[in-house]
Amino acid sequence: MKKLSIEERLGTNKFVVDDDVAHITLDKNICAKCENKPCVKACPAGLYIPHEDVVNFDYAGCLECGTCRVVCVLKGLKWDYPRGTLGVEFRYG
Amino acid sequence: MEERFDAIIVGAGPAGSIAAYCMAKEGLDVLLIERGTAPGAKNMTGGRLYGHSLDKIIPNFWKEAPVERRVTREMVTFLTGESAISLDVKSEKFNDSPSYTVLRADFDAWLADQAEEAGAMVASGVLVDELLMEDGKVVGVRSGEDEMYANVVIAADGVNSLLAQKAGLRGELLPKHVATGVKEVIELPRKVIEERFNLSGDTGAAQLFVGECTQGLQGGGFLYTNKESISLGLVITAEEFAHTEYRIADLMEEFKMHPSIQPLIKDGKVVEYSAHLVPEGGWNMMPPLLTDGLLIVGDAAGLVLNTGYMVRGMDFAIASGEAAAKAVINAKNKEDYTKQRLSLYKEELENSFVLQDLKTYENAPEFMENHRIFGHYPKLVEEMMINLFRVDGTPAQPLRKSMLATVKRQGGILQVAKDAWKGVRSL
Repeated sequence: MKKLSIEERLGTNKFVVDDDVAHITLDKNICAKCENKPCVKACPAGLYIPHEDVVNFDYAGCLECGTCRVVCVLKGLKWDYPRGTLGVEFRYG
Repeated sequence: MEERFDAIIVGAGPAGSIAAYCMAKEGLDVLLIERGTAPGAKNMTGGRLYGHSLDKIIPNFWKEAPVERRVTREMVTFLTGESAISLDVKSEKFNDSPSYTVLRADFDAWLADQAEEAGAMVASGVLVDELLMEDGKVVGVRSGEDEMYANVVIAADGVNSLLAQKAGLRGELLPKHVATGVKEVIELPRKVIEERFNLSGDTGAAQLFVGECTQGLQGGGFLYTNKESISLGLVITAEEFAHTEYRIADLMEEFKMHPSIQPLIKDGKVVEYSAHLVPEGGWNMMPPLLTDGLLIVGDAAGLVLNTGYMVRGMDFAIASGEAAAKAVINAKNKEDYTKQRLSLYKEELENSFVLQDLKTYENAPEFMENHRIFGHYPKLVEEMMINLFRVDGTPAQPLRKSMLATVKRQGGILQVAKDAWKGVRSL
């Protein structure tokens, strides 16, 4: 069995993306001050992409684990659950 | 006058559904709220359920519930780049107190169905935004425009429990107290799984891994056999991500490539990739379990135990749901919903395995912070075992000599003895 890219893995999941409201938002000013950027390594969905001195982020594909919220010790992100019925929907779990 | 429930439970995982089930069975008016489209839609586990606490509430639940396999084979494996050294126990004796592999989408939906059949009202697709407070007491919840009132609210909203935080019972989660779990569900024909793991009928295997799979980071790997799939994944303490270059998403794929994993998943198809936080701080991260009008249960209360060779959460969650239900039923009978009366919940947990086991293993999380367990010791065990079994024509060394040489090379006798003693004391 071969390795799968994150995109291939996320492609196996069912998502109902909230097109209007982002359940996680970043404060780029704080991100710019963060040296280690643990979110990049910790996010199981690989949604935090380093770009210059900040990170690019897209909440579509979020597995809603909450890891980023815990590892972001500078408090540069605001984390909430997606609105009811939206987000990832596990068919196996 | 608004409709007022006896209890509102937020979150239809095992803790929430069991709390709702136990209260509804006693005739209480309960509302179980779930943010997913259906109970189970947001939940995942490694995963295995130790059956004892659910069996006490719903005897022989496994006959009806969508469990996957009954575990009769337990393995713990030290993994290095080229080797796997395992403790492998296959026994029918595990049937005396059975555990089951589960997939949560189906399992949690079934549990919530039991609550609904017992008379609970289940509202799915509803995200609770706030707790409603009056005179410093929790009196209900708000979702969007809707306000719902109850004598007691039970926060069963999982490890990220925003409700416990909003009630001031819990601060931010600390990176050292939680671990990130990732999992791939890999589909394979039933027969293939049974052949590869030496299983028959509905029996199953559980395997935990330490070492190479996390590149020495604090954590480990897991594998559980389901009926027609394998759950394979990694768990890594969140604190580690500040100091590593590895991404957990990549480590997962490296783990799959290991020569001792590849043959087990050959020709399999990944059908889901999921992730979840695990509250692993144990006794030392436990928040106050209640306040006026609010009880917190399951993962929200941090009721998880990881000893390295065993991971338990769902059996604690279920027992905590039952204990919370008892406290609310008692409060209703006495028409007294004060914190004092509701503290029966805490007493119930203290008198059960839940808090007793967490207390017993209080020092386990600290012991696990020792990085030698994840880096050095798998290599040490590998070297010993290779020396034990290898014949290459060079003059043989007495066993005690070669073993001692290995220990010396991997940290020294004193260090190894110290760590072993700490392990014995905390486990």
